[in-house]
Amino acid sequence: MTDASGLYELKNLSKRYTRGKETVAIFDGLDMTISQGDFIAIMGPSGSGKTTLLNLLGGIDRPSSGEVLFEGQRIDNLGQGKLAKWRAKNAGFIFQFYNLMPTLSAAQNVELPLLLTNLSGKARKDRVKTALDIVGMVDRAGHRPAQLSGGQQQRVAIARAIVADPKVLLADEPTGDLDRTTADEILQTLQLLNKELGKTIIMVTHDPAAASYAARELHLNKGRFEEKGKA
Amino acid sequence: MNDATLIRKNLFRKRLRAILLMVSILIAFLIFGVLGALQNAFTMGSGTAAQERLVTVNRINFTVALPYAYWGRIEQVEGVRNAAPASWFGGYYQEPQNFVQSFAVDPATYLEAYPTEIVLPPEERAAFLEGRTCALVGRALANQYDWSTGDRIPLNSNIWQNTDGSQTWELDICGVFDDTEGTYPTNYLMLHYEYFNESLAFGRDSFHWITINTEDPALNDQVSGEIDALFANSSAETSTTTEAAFNEAFMEQFGNIGLILTWVIGAAFATILMIVGTTMVMAVNERTREIAVLKTLGFTAPRIFRMVLWESLLLSFLGGLIGLGLATLAATAASSALAGFLPSFGLSLTNIVTALALMAALGLVTGILPAYNAMQVRISEALGKI
Ligand SMILES: Nc1ncnc2c1ncn2[C@@H]1O[C@H](COP(=O)(O)OP(=O)(O)O)[C@@H](O)[C@H]1O
Ligand SMILES: [Mg+2]
Repeated sequence: MTDASGLYELKNLSKRYTRGKETVAIFDGLDMTISQGDFIAIMGPSGSGKTTLLNLLGGIDRPSSGEVLFEGQRIDNLGQGKLAKWRAKNAGFIFQFYNLMPTLSAAQNVELPLLLTNLSGKARKDRVKTALDIVGMVDRAGHRPAQLSGGQQQRVAIARAIVADPKVLLADEPTGDLDRTTADEILQTLQLLNKELGKTIIMVTHDPAAASYAARELHLNKGRFEEKGKA
Repeated sequence: MNDATLIRKNLFRKRLRAILLMVSILIAFLIFGVLGALQNAFTMGSGTAAQERLVTVNRINFTVALPYAYWGRIEQVEGVRNAAPASWFGGYYQEPQNFVQSFAVDPATYLEAYPTEIVLPPEERAAFLEGRTCALVGRALANQYDWSTGDRIPLNSNIWQNTDGSQTWELDICGVFDDTEGTYPTNYLMLHYEYFNESLAFGRDSFHWITINTEDPALNDQVSGEIDALFANSSAETSTTTEAAFNEAFMEQFGNIGLILTWVIGAAFATILMIVGTTMVMAVNERTREIAVLKTLGFTAPRIFRMVLWESLLLSFLGGLIGLGLATLAATAASSALAGFLPSFGLSLTNIVTALALMAALGLVTGILPAYNAMQVRISEALGKI
């Protein structure tokens, strides 16, 4: 680890897509540092590349050029198998539409990432219970996603994201499908995870009210960041 | 929870669809099992011993008789150790539908021809050889009509007429024979050729086939060539083949069961291959998003490939094993219903091993494409489309 506080470092990052003959650059030479324990809100107009950036940070997508360093190690040049292992160990994902498995109970959904560890069945059960407890969903452990409200599903999804104890949580519009009150509850939970458990959180949102929960707001526009100072 | 839980839940997520697929696989394996068992009945007694025995019949057709004198001449052919003549009796018991497979044989040479296949106590053997009106009954046939040693039964023929004008021969059951290990049929009876021939109103002094044991199976080609050459250009030319080939030709009068089997099973499997294959592809396509989520969580592509493949294997084995189980029950029932016509039959070890191999093949073939598709799912694309 080069720097104890530098969790992520993006160096001269570019991402281009070719559409027919045209090449569109989403980012061109982006540099950025994300510290351990940060809670960052990434804002920006639709199509500005927020999801693309999150995918690069999450080891889902690879840049066209430049480097993504996580704890001082490059992850942009890892193979698919290594990236999968890296994701399982280091990153928790939270989606706008929850993306729970409809056939599994809440507890089983939360247990999924633990299938990639070699924890015993007993240890897994304990972990699942703790994660559900943190998001306040223990009493719904046996429910299927279809039996839960949107906010409850998102809570289960957050439990799934933290159960394997990753360093970073990547959330793409986590409250985009929720009403204000429920959204606030979810955001409070994220804040709690950041403050109490020290999770680094990078959250994409187009909602200024949601962004206000973060410690730092970054505005993505035409492939560049504009930082908004916060008190 | 483990991967197996996920596989099972995925297979049964649409219960009706899973059940319908399973039923279609089940039917294919039911057909496979029943026809396979039936084929066993038809090919029974085609073991190595049958490969080593020869059978001489009329060249025109095995239902056309040969002159009695051929027996003696065949016995003289070099390399022939034993020659056993026999005639179709075409028997039935009391009612014409009570078909009884029955042959008129020369007792001594016939028993000599089947030293290991026909098993019976020495005193019953001696009694059968002695008594002119004796019949030797196979275990399956004796059980069917509840006959036992000492019984006197009237046996009717739908081919022959007795000199007294009737079509009935009175027979004493002098013995009941078993087979060595369930590989030789016991659903027929034998009566003395002499007793039968003497009382015939027509068609005396002829028989339908001669079973031959040679000194050495290596001589078989030579012996059969010599026998057929002996009667070439006579009024009754002969055709000599192995008993196995003869049995096969005999069974083919009921239709080429092997060919029917191949076609029916082939058609059934081609159909389920398409149905199950396309359904599996569709089922996995519907789950693209879930697969993308699993990948995001860190499930590797090979692991996802295996999970989908196991799902189709599970489907194939569930349907296949139930189908095979039902086939066993159906074969047992059919076997007792057809006891008069066919030796008792069931699924052989070969049938079962073949079925298991087919289940594995079906699972792999129908699973490989959806498994490959699942493995290829790209997270960013799949999660991008809602
Ligand atoms: N696989 C792809 N192929 C081509 N263009 C893409 C692909 N993925 C994203 N894009 C384009 O990149 C741009 C940024 O997309 P995205 O990161 O989803 O934006 P945001 O999340 O900020 O709305 C969009 O213009 C989108 O059309
Ligand atoms: Mg987006």
